Amino acid sequence: MAAGDLQVQLISPAQFAKEKIQALQEYALLVGQSLANLFRRPLYITDMVQQADLIGVGSLPIVILTGGFTGAVLALNSASTLSRFGSLTLIAQLVSVGMVTELGPVITGLMVAGRNASGMASELGSMTVTEQIDAMRALGTDPTKKLVTPRVVATVIMLFFLTIISDLLGLAGGNMVSTLLLGLDSRQYWTSAWQSLVWRDVTTGLIKPVLFGFVISTVGCYFGMSTRGGTQGVGRSTTQAVVVASVLILVVDFFVTKLLIALLGYR
Amino acid sequence: MPAPTLPLEMPATGKQQPSAEAIRFENVSLAYDDKRILDGISFRLPHGETKAVFGVAGSGKSTMLKLALGLIKPDSGRIYVLGEEVTQMSEKDLFKLRGRIGMVFQESALFDSFTVRENVAFRLIEDGDVSDDEIERRVREALSFVELERTVDMFPAELSGGMRRRVAIARAIITQPEILLYDSPTGGLDPVTSTTIVELIVKQRDVYKTSSLLVTHRLQDAFIMATHYFDRKANRMLPLASGTRCEVPMAFLILREGKVIFDGDLDELAKCKDEYIREYIS
Repeated sequence: MAAGDLQVQLISPAQFAKEKIQALQEYALLVGQSLANLFRRPLYITDMVQQADLIGVGSLPIVILTGGFTGAVLALNSASTLSRFGSLTLIAQLVSVGMVTELGPVITGLMVAGRNASGMASELGSMTVTEQIDAMRALGTDPTKKLVTPRVVATVIMLFFLTIISDLLGLAGGNMVSTLLLGLDSRQYWTSAWQSLVWRDVTTGLIKPVLFGFVISTVGCYFGMSTRGGTQGVGRSTTQAVVVASVLILVVDFFVTKLLIALLGYR
Repeated sequence: MPAPTLPLEMPATGKQQPSAEAIRFENVSLAYDDKRILDGISFRLPHGETKAVFGVAGSGKSTMLKLALGLIKPDSGRIYVLGEEVTQMSEKDLFKLRGRIGMVFQESALFDSFTVRENVAFRLIEDGDVSDDEIERRVREALSFVELERTVDMFPAELSGGMRRRVAIARAIITQPEILLYDSPTGGLDPVTSTTIVELIVKQRDVYKTSSLLVTHRLQDAFIMATHYFDRKANRMLPLASGTRCEVPMAFLILREGKVIFDGDLDELAKCKDEYIREYIS
C-alpha cells in the first residue's frame, strides 16, 4: 500500500462550517418540500399505505418488546426505592406517568429510528447511487413527492399509534412485575395508573411521537437522497441517519418538554 | 441476430417542431470542486438528427446529458431544449419538459423494486389518465420493440445487463418522446449484445426519426450507426450502399478537456486533420 493511501484529507474549519450550513439548508429545503407536497397532487395514497405497513406493522414486534420490558424494568427499579418509604403502591403512578410522558415516546422513537431511518437512508441511498432518483426526475416525477412525503406521512401517523401501543405494553409490563414479583393487587395497579394520568401527560405523550416521526423520516430521507460515493456511501448515510435521528429525538424531546411545561405548567 | 419485431402502430415520420433545433448549448461551463468539467461548450442538435458524442472518460459527456435534462445546472451559459431555456426553468416546469424527453441511463437505472412492466409503464402510470388496458397494450408494444415481451413480470435483478439496457430503451420510448438521450447504452456489454443495442437505436432513429444525443466510448457503435440503416421490410439493420447517406442525419461531436474539438458529419470526420482526432478515431 502506498503511503499516500493512508493520508487523511483535512479540511479547513471554514470549509467544514460551509458544508454543515449547506447540509442544513438542503435538509430545510427537503422538509419544506415534503410538507408542501401534502397540498399538491398526486398524493400517492397507495405509497403512503405501503409505507405505513412497512413502518407501522413492521415495527410492531420491537415496539411491543421494548415497551413491555421498559415498563417492567421501570417498576422493578422503582420498587426498591419506593419500598424504603413504604410507598410501594405508588409504583403504578410512577410507571404510568413515566411511560406516557417520556419513556413510551422516546423509546419507541429510538426503536423506529434504528429500524426505519436506516431503512429509508439505505433504500433511497441505493436509489441515488444507482441513478434511480435521477431516472425518476428524468421521467418527469418529483422524487420528494413520490418517495419522501409518503414516508413522512406514514412515519408520523404510525409512530403516534406505535407509541400508544408501547405505553399500554409498558403499563402491562409494570403490572406483571407489580403483581407477580411484588405481590400488589392488579386492579389497584390499573386504577392507580389510570387515575394518576392527567390530560397534560397524555397531550405531552402524544405530541412527542408526531414530532419524532417527522424527525426520523425527514432525517432518513435526507441522508438517503444526499448519498454520494457508491455502496460505501450508502453505508455511511445509513449510519449517519440513525445517529442523527436518535440524537435529534433526545434534543427535540428536551425542548418540547420544556416548551410544554412553559405552556401547560407543571403537574 | 434475430430481427426485432416492429409494432404495427409505428409512425413513419418524425414530429414537426416549432423551434429550430431540439437542443442548443451556448457557451456552457461547469466545474466540480474547482475541476472544470465543461469549458464554454456550444453546439446544436437539429430536429431529427442523431449526434454521437465522444470523449475520454471524465470529459463531461454524461454531464452534458444531465445538463440537457436540467438534472444539474451549469455555472454559466445557456441551454435550450425544444425551444425552452432549461437553465432558467424551475424544477416544477422541468418535470413537464422532461415528459417530452426520453433518457437511457448508463447503468439502465431501472427501479429495482418494480417489475419490468412497472418500470416501462412508469410514465403512463404517473400520468394517471391512461387506462390499465391502454398501459398494458403500450407496455407490450414497447417491450416487443426491444424483443423482451417475455420479461414483463420479471424484476430488473433477474435480467442480464443487455436485457436491462433494452428495458431502459423501452421505458424511454413508451411515450414516443421528441428527444432521446442515450448515456453509454453499450458500455460494459459484450460485442454481440452491443450490436443488438445499436440495432435498436438505429431502428428507433430510422423508424421514429427522433432527435437523439448518444454518448458512447465505442467508436465502432457510432460508425455502425452512420453506415447502416434499418430496413423496415427486412425488419433488420442493413449496411448502406457505397456512396449513399442515411436518410436520418448523423453527426459526431468530440469533447476534449471540457471543450468541443469537433462537430460534424462522418465525411468531415474522415477528412479531419487534427492529430488528436486522427489518433482517437484510428
